[in-house]
Amino acid sequence: MGDLLRLATAGSVDDGKSTLVGRLLYDTKSVLADQLDAVHRASVDKGLSTPDLSLLVDGLRSEREQGITIDVAYRYFATPRRTFVLADTPGHVQYTRNTVTGASTAQLAILLVDARKGVVEQTRRHAAVLALLGVPRLVLAVNKIDLTEYDQGTFEVIAKEFATYAAALGYTSDTVRTIPVSALVGDNVVDVSDRTPWYTGPTLLEHLETVPVEPDPHEAPFRFPVQYVIRPRTPEHPDYRGYAGQVAAGTVRLGEEVVVLPGGSRTRVARIDTRDGELAEAVAGASVTLLLEHEIDISRGDLLAAADDPPVLTDELDATLAWLADKPLRPGARVLVKHGARTVPAIVGELRTRFDEQKLSTTEYPESLALNEIGQVSVRTAEPVPVDEYRTHGRTGAFLVIDPGDGTTLAAGLVGAPLPVLGTS
Amino acid sequence: MTVTADRTTAPRTLTLDALGRLESEAIHIMREVAGEFDRPVILFSGGKDSTVLLHLAVKAFWPAPVPFPLLHVDTGHNFDEVIEFRDRVVARYGLRLVVARVQDWIDDGRLAERPDGTRNPLQTVPLLDTIGEHRFDAVFGGGRRDEERARAKERIFSLRNAFGQWEPRRQRPELWNLYNGRHRPGEHVRVFPLSNWTELDVWRYIAREDIELPSIYYAHEREVYLRDGMWLTAGPWGGPREGETVERRTVRYRTVGDGSCTGAVASTASTLDEVIAEVGASRLTERGATRADDRLSEAAMEDRKREGYF
Ligand SMILES: Nc1nc2c(ncn2[C@@H]2O[C@H](COP(=O)(O)OP(=O)(O)O)[C@@H](O)[C@H]2O)c(=O)[nH]1
Repeated sequence: MGDLLRLATAGSVDDGKSTLVGRLLYDTKSVLADQLDAVHRASVDKGLSTPDLSLLVDGLRSEREQGITIDVAYRYFATPRRTFVLADTPGHVQYTRNTVTGASTAQLAILLVDARKGVVEQTRRHAAVLALLGVPRLVLAVNKIDLTEYDQGTFEVIAKEFATYAAALGYTSDTVRTIPVSALVGDNVVDVSDRTPWYTGPTLLEHLETVPVEPDPHEAPFRFPVQYVIRPRTPEHPDYRGYAGQVAAGTVRLGEEVVVLPGGSRTRVARIDTRDGELAEAVAGASVTLLLEHEIDISRGDLLAAADDPPVLTDELDATLAWLADKPLRPGARVLVKHGARTVPAIVGELRTRFDEQKLSTTEYPESLALNEIGQVSVRTAEPVPVDEYRTHGRTGAFLVIDPGDGTTLAAGLVGAPLPVLGTS
Repeated sequence: MTVTADRTTAPRTLTLDALGRLESEAIHIMREVAGEFDRPVILFSGGKDSTVLLHLAVKAFWPAPVPFPLLHVDTGHNFDEVIEFRDRVVARYGLRLVVARVQDWIDDGRLAERPDGTRNPLQTVPLLDTIGEHRFDAVFGGGRRDEERARAKERIFSLRNAFGQWEPRRQRPELWNLYNGRHRPGEHVRVFPLSNWTELDVWRYIAREDIELPSIYYAHEREVYLRDGMWLTAGPWGGPREGETVERRTVRYRTVGDGSCTGAVASTASTLDEVIAEVGASRLTERGATRADDRLSEAAMEDRKREGYF
């Protein structure tokens, strides 16, 4: 087993996303015989002459009936070189929030366009969302090239237009790859196509197998949200008091000085515990239990951080929100903010800008943020929260905005302004 | 978190491989639930996924005991080996086990036996009734997204309305590793810590952690008969129909469920390594191979999930 790549797909409806994902699964032999049988049967029932590979991935009845993808679906496949976790997200505008979901953990995104239509509104919207969330790498899959007679000119116009847009969003040329494919026929998805001799780059799968994966933030300053206090109070462990959590960033080492936030007291790491034994250090991503030198009152929601490089403690956040709810955001909204393991009441103050991903410009002081809109806001929290900039510290720079009434997740929150500075319109 | 753990040697450095990441993610999810909910419960059948779930819970809260009770929705169509295993594991960890017996619901008329005798679909009502009665607010399940395409769309924290129903079109976006557990009175959240595991991951983890399983997961000789391409065992739920003959075969189970519709697969894999090799080479999904109830229709699983099934 090689390493792991987490990827997401995006693109407008009918560009062929489900077919492409179906093709990837099919051509990497990740589809098992009974699943394939089911697809063959359903395709025959629908009167189709070739199997409809999109049926492999459209999991809900309403999706199959309408022939569209509604919700994020997760797929797992592996080649001898890599294991892949793929978040397949829907293309319809009203489901863009699912693209945000899929992109929040992705290391690479495949953006689809229809070769006959090129870069459209939804392509720009999705690319902006991917840039905002900091997905490090993009693939533009120019699909349905069989319908443009494998024309090189058409492909190049699209590639060029997209490269310009991606660059404006902050993607350097080495992080974007454009590939001509036909998901239906299979050109350049897994197998090299002999109908595109003018294309000398890798197939989609080859690229996915070889593209560098961003390393975990082991070198970043240490961050550890306390999830739970472990106090067994059993005869064997009468005085044990451990702080359970997952290292969000950096590496924690025995003896290292940490600061407890928001309280501000300092202490040292006395023990790094797991049921499999004690550790000398634990890296980002590891779930461990920390025991500290001093008895300090620490509870769920506190953050342990590197004493020499702590986050900012503030109750006034400048943040960017991707608004995911049907009812629009207006200034003065009362919400909950979930950051790390802590949930605090908050009020959204000003709406400062709204981002227009079509013109790549911003509107100042908008009246509201509607579903799928992105904007910069100020947020006042009831208690100070220890935050980092999202751009540099994804895990401790991210938060959820939650409706205190019905508990709905209203927005993806990112501390700071992760998108490049743009002109105003 | 790696296999090389040894309490007698000097402290080590922890590095995360693919299984280590999955384990760490599942532990993180369980601790979030312990921190945010009042009355969580783990669905525990004695099957491999729920056994892995319990193992992860033990690791997440060690050296404290697991802070959740267990719930088994018992179809009454059990394999003896599994019930014996279930009770032994519960006793080993000193946990409280709540059993909801489908038979009780049939006896007092709240449920009617199905014409085909299968009781898997009948589990939904006892499950929801028991969740309501005990006011469980978070219910851990061992469901994995690789099992089936409706499950592929499930969130890790999946909200159920006051009727216990899943509303796929109203699922909350699930961002980063920040889980939203808010729910209103009467609603509950299903939590799936194994969402991102595949069947093979589960087996590799069982091997790495040396987790005991009911013996029927390994190849053994058994009296079986063939129905719909699956090897079924005769039991209190009925036996072969006319024209179905009982044979002695070497088989094992890939999933454990209602005995009337859970089939064994022909297999000689009697050790963990052999099982892993077999699963890796299989051309069938575990549900397709062994669950008659999932073959009912195109959307069998989705329909049951909407109603409140596991
Ligand atoms: N000719 C051609 N048709 C395609 C290709 N990819 C997808 N399609 C068709 O485009 C339609 C929409 O595809 P689908 O995968 O459902 O799109 P989605 O909405 O993006 O998931 C279907 O009729 C597909 O068969 C392609 O490469 N070439």
